[in-house]
Amino acid sequence: MVTIVNAAKLRSDGPRSGVLKLAIDGRLDADSTGPVWRESTRLVTAARANNVDLDVASMDYCDGSGIALLIQLRRLQQKHGGKLEIHGLRPEFQELLDDWSQGSGETAPKAKVRTQLVEEVGRRAVEVWRDIHELITFVGQLGLALVKAARHPRTIRWRDTVLIAEEVGVNALPIVAMLSFLVGVIMAFQAAVALRQFGAEIFVANMIGLSVLREMGPLMTAIILAGRSGSAFAAEIGTMKVREEIDALKTMGLEPVRFLVVPRVLAALVMTPVLTVFADLLGVMGGSVVMMSLGFPLITFFHQLQLAVSYGSLVGGLVKAFAFGILIAAIGCLRGLQTENGASAVGLSTTHAVVSGIILIVFADGIFTIIYYLLWV
Amino acid sequence: MSSGETIIRVDGFTAAYNGQVILNRLSFEVHRGEVFVILGGSGCGKSTLLKHMIGLYAPAAGTILIDGHNISTAEGDERQQVLRKFGVMYQSGALFGSMTVLDNVCLPLQEFTNLPLDAIRVIASMKLQRVGLGGFDHHMPSELSGGMQKRAAIARAMALDPQVLFLDEPSAGLDPITSAELDELILSLARSLKITFVIVSHELASIFAIADRVIMLDKSVKGIVATGKPKELREHSDNAWVRQFFSRQASTDNPA
Ligand SMILES: Nc1ncnc2c1ncn2[C@@H]1O[C@H](COP(=O)(O)OP(=O)(O)O)[C@@H](O)[C@H]1O
Ligand SMILES: [Mg+2]
Repeated sequence: MVTIVNAAKLRSDGPRSGVLKLAIDGRLDADSTGPVWRESTRLVTAARANNVDLDVASMDYCDGSGIALLIQLRRLQQKHGGKLEIHGLRPEFQELLDDWSQGSGETAPKAKVRTQLVEEVGRRAVEVWRDIHELITFVGQLGLALVKAARHPRTIRWRDTVLIAEEVGVNALPIVAMLSFLVGVIMAFQAAVALRQFGAEIFVANMIGLSVLREMGPLMTAIILAGRSGSAFAAEIGTMKVREEIDALKTMGLEPVRFLVVPRVLAALVMTPVLTVFADLLGVMGGSVVMMSLGFPLITFFHQLQLAVSYGSLVGGLVKAFAFGILIAAIGCLRGLQTENGASAVGLSTTHAVVSGIILIVFADGIFTIIYYLLWV
Repeated sequence: MSSGETIIRVDGFTAAYNGQVILNRLSFEVHRGEVFVILGGSGCGKSTLLKHMIGLYAPAAGTILIDGHNISTAEGDERQQVLRKFGVMYQSGALFGSMTVLDNVCLPLQEFTNLPLDAIRVIASMKLQRVGLGGFDHHMPSELSGGMQKRAAIARAMALDPQVLFLDEPSAGLDPITSAELDELILSLARSLKITFVIVSHELASIFAIADRVIMLDKSVKGIVATGKPKELREHSDNAWVRQFFSRQASTDNPA
């Protein structure tokens, strides 16, 4: 650290009959301007004098920050129609002052201003509303495209659909299987600990059967799908958007919804129930492993399972899986199409796809629960 | 060369994003067969104008007619018909990264014609040959250099034999030699296939080499500051700044 030699000092006199006298001595540089800045701007603002005489004859050095102070003092004076006269500024510093004083701003378009909390809340609310609006429009377009595709199956891009189905379904199989099995084991074990107190461990089979088929199977599959495929759809389509490929499709007369969204939705539609069946199977297997370790033969477990679950549970779960598949694929594609320009835009879309996907799944699951409750009671 | 017949008519066209006007009441015409260049500094709205001309956005006011059809209101069959009149090469090329170069060119043919697949392949391959990419059929776009990607994009834009080709900054990101080769390709396509070109560019050297006519846009007036042949603008524009702008490069690259 260099010790400050001869740091700048401010002397003041007045204001007397409309004139404020200021004098700055010493070195006015980045290290020493701070105190002088605060003091002098405060004096000039408070005085509102017609004239400020600034004597800098004994200022022996001045850098960019010093010049900035001079310019700032002049601005403050101009603000209320006063004048600043600078005396004794050395020619080399005068040159600097002139140089930094020139140049002008373009009349730039309004920049984003930092907003107050209330305004921000309002803005977000409008954004959410607009988002819902876009979602509804998109659902309409998608529905139309799916109907058209059903009427003219030849227009569906089957090759893409099969490739995407492979990625969405086959490649997700190991992770779906592993997680479902583990969740089955964990749930069965937790239930067994609780039921043992009543000597009712056999009812673990009932619990596993119902919760896996109705809830855990479809839900686990859907969440894995949102993380793996919803995000991938958003990233793929978002990248295409940024690289103007979506524009290229449109000017070639190819609707992005038909071209990109329909194959993805179809693939997810077919693969989610299939994956869910696997998740169900592996979840139940996880439960059976726990039961066997508790000393129940496999046949007893499956017998109990048969008593507990009906085809209704299985089909109810698969219907849910259908819906989850459509939702995840659609929201992933929508987020991709909504991608804005810029390097970080694709990342944002990907995040949005996963978050919105999971929110939608949970909402839809709630709705299904109500519907099933009304139907089955 | 230009036949003097109008193929694109832009009339009182105004473009705005979120209520902020970018271009204000532009009117001009593009003639059949000419190479028409839209010129201007960064951010003055060249791409905006182009994207409206190809119907990606609807104008805030005014009309854009391509061969008599209003591109922004056309729907259904009429829209498909207008879209087939032109091809577009985007600034980044915008080739589909998951398809080979040949498949990129095949795509419009597959979607809009009933030709058998082997015929489509032959046609697409022929287009690639024409732009100097014979032998690159089975490369992926990412395996091509910047200049080659733009050629491939031109081949794709030409797949359905359009009357007009729109090019957004063909020389952006290219070295001068590659850029000059691309200019030659554009010229030869214009001369031999009688394709009308609408090109966004700010490369003076390339403008003098290829342009039949230019319009120059400027941010400060949100519109056109000069229209004409580049050489005439250099010699005779009423606007001193425009004269100076056109002479700048001419003095080094184009000793007339
Ligand atoms: N999608 C958009 N939304 C809002 N403003 C935009 C959009 N695209 C371009 N702009 C603005 O319009 C102006 C013109 O942009 P552009 O047409 O890309 O200019 P050029 O291609 O001449 O460099 C710029 O100020 C840019 O910020
Ligand atoms: Mg541009």
